[in-house]
Amino acid sequence: MADSLWIIGVAMTKFMRYQDKDLIDLGTEAATAALTDAGLTIFDADILAAGCLYDTNGIGQRIQKQIGQTGIPVYNVTNACATGATAFRVAAMAIKAGEASIGLAVGLEQMGKLGLLGAQGGRKDKNYEPSGRYDAVGPVEGVLGTSLMPGTFAQSGMEYAYEHDGVGFEQFARVAEKNHAHSTLNPLAQYQKAFSLEEIMTAEMIAYPNTLLMCCPTGDGAAAAVLCSGERLASLPAEVSRRAVKVSASVMTSDPYVDGGTVQFDVNTLTRRAADQAYEQAGVGPADLDLVELHDCFATAELRHYDNLRLCPEGGAGEWIDKRGPWRDGQIPVNVSGGLLSKGHPLGATGIANIYEVATHLRGEAGDRQIEGAKVGLTHVIGLGSACAVHILEKAAA
Amino acid sequence: MARQVPYVGYLSLGDDPHLVANACTSCGALFFDRRNACANCGGRDFAARRLANDGVLRAFTIVHRASPDVRVPYVSGIIDLDGGGVVKANVVGIDPEPGNVALGMRVRLTTFPVGTDAAGTQAVAFGYQPA
Repeated sequence: MADSLWIIGVAMTKFMRYQDKDLIDLGTEAATAALTDAGLTIFDADILAAGCLYDTNGIGQRIQKQIGQTGIPVYNVTNACATGATAFRVAAMAIKAGEASIGLAVGLEQMGKLGLLGAQGGRKDKNYEPSGRYDAVGPVEGVLGTSLMPGTFAQSGMEYAYEHDGVGFEQFARVAEKNHAHSTLNPLAQYQKAFSLEEIMTAEMIAYPNTLLMCCPTGDGAAAAVLCSGERLASLPAEVSRRAVKVSASVMTSDPYVDGGTVQFDVNTLTRRAADQAYEQAGVGPADLDLVELHDCFATAELRHYDNLRLCPEGGAGEWIDKRGPWRDGQIPVNVSGGLLSKGHPLGATGIANIYEVATHLRGEAGDRQIEGAKVGLTHVIGLGSACAVHILEKAAA
Repeated sequence: MARQVPYVGYLSLGDDPHLVANACTSCGALFFDRRNACANCGGRDFAARRLANDGVLRAFTIVHRASPDVRVPYVSGIIDLDGGGVVKANVVGIDPEPGNVALGMRVRLTTFPVGTDAAGTQAVAFGYQPA
């Protein structure tokens, strides 16, 4: 069993809508860049894990066929929006289990301008015959509430507003104000434009309280990481060790049973459990964090996760954003990349792109958006349905 | 009168419309779908349980963008029913504006026709209106 786990190479493509590149181009670009960053090639990897939500069939092998068919085991995974993090976990587990000493994880997605996910219409012109597990006679979306993403996460945020004082439309909008502002410093972000609070609150309403500027866009992109065991790292050049980032905690959870969880997915309990396990595994607490990249698919989601990840006092997420706690010059900078709201959210890439962001800061290589002196960071993703991954990363001791 | 069918199996129509859940006989967990076993305790036996028509609106959203066949804006809500059970449905009987919907407000079940199919069967769904 490996004594420790390290990231020695990491990369992401710019997130955007690509006209001239396909999914394999993007995956190849990220994978090759991560390997080059580690001073290695695919011929050094013992395992490849690839995650893509919409086009998963043989995706890892299709990348291999462009960069080197070395015959190593390939695992293709999906886990909703936690797909990239799941690929990372597969490579991590293989190294921890001693089956591999160097692993490559790739997350990728090409969505284009897909529009509102799941809103492509239901069945029509049929007789009312009961079908499915609910004996529904027709599509329930819009008839029995909403289950599309903007509304689901809006309801989750409003539930928090119901349970705690000082949380409302304005607090949720402030999350988007922050992330759009942060993205202006990130050249890899899909959008790099700041918006005033008023512009955000008066933008097109999608699902109250989430306006258009409080919803993440669809897009294309890929991210990749090269993982390595502590033993193997010792045999690599000193420059690789100097830039290596320690994976101090790697945790994955699914949603445990809660009352009403089949009606409205609970994105909180599994996040709290993953965070608590990660803090314990790493031996650090929220106060030790220099930056956090969390899953802000919608502004309403980010606010809840301040509380779920213990970044703010229990019930105090509204006050925390009002006091600018998660701004890049605040108490614990959150989503300095611009987050999913502005950096973008190519689904399969997201769970490695957040690791890229934190690792780049820990290496001191984040350029204009560098959080000075960053030593410890946390990443979080949620795939609805649900899967949650939390990683805690630490700068290598000098 | 046209033949009526409930839009989903857990809605019971007739003179006294109400919801019926599958209740786990071991732990009491409530489900609206066809069950293989209980997600809470693993129990395999279920009994039908009538749920209350009244409850509290725990969360809501006002949907403005949807697929073309859904009329917007509308209010979707999560309701905690008195005596147990959590349900998602449209909040009806109000203008879909933030000022008209309050977190924690009391609501009551109501039914409404969704449409009539080629065979003349009318589908009836449920929603909640301020109590």
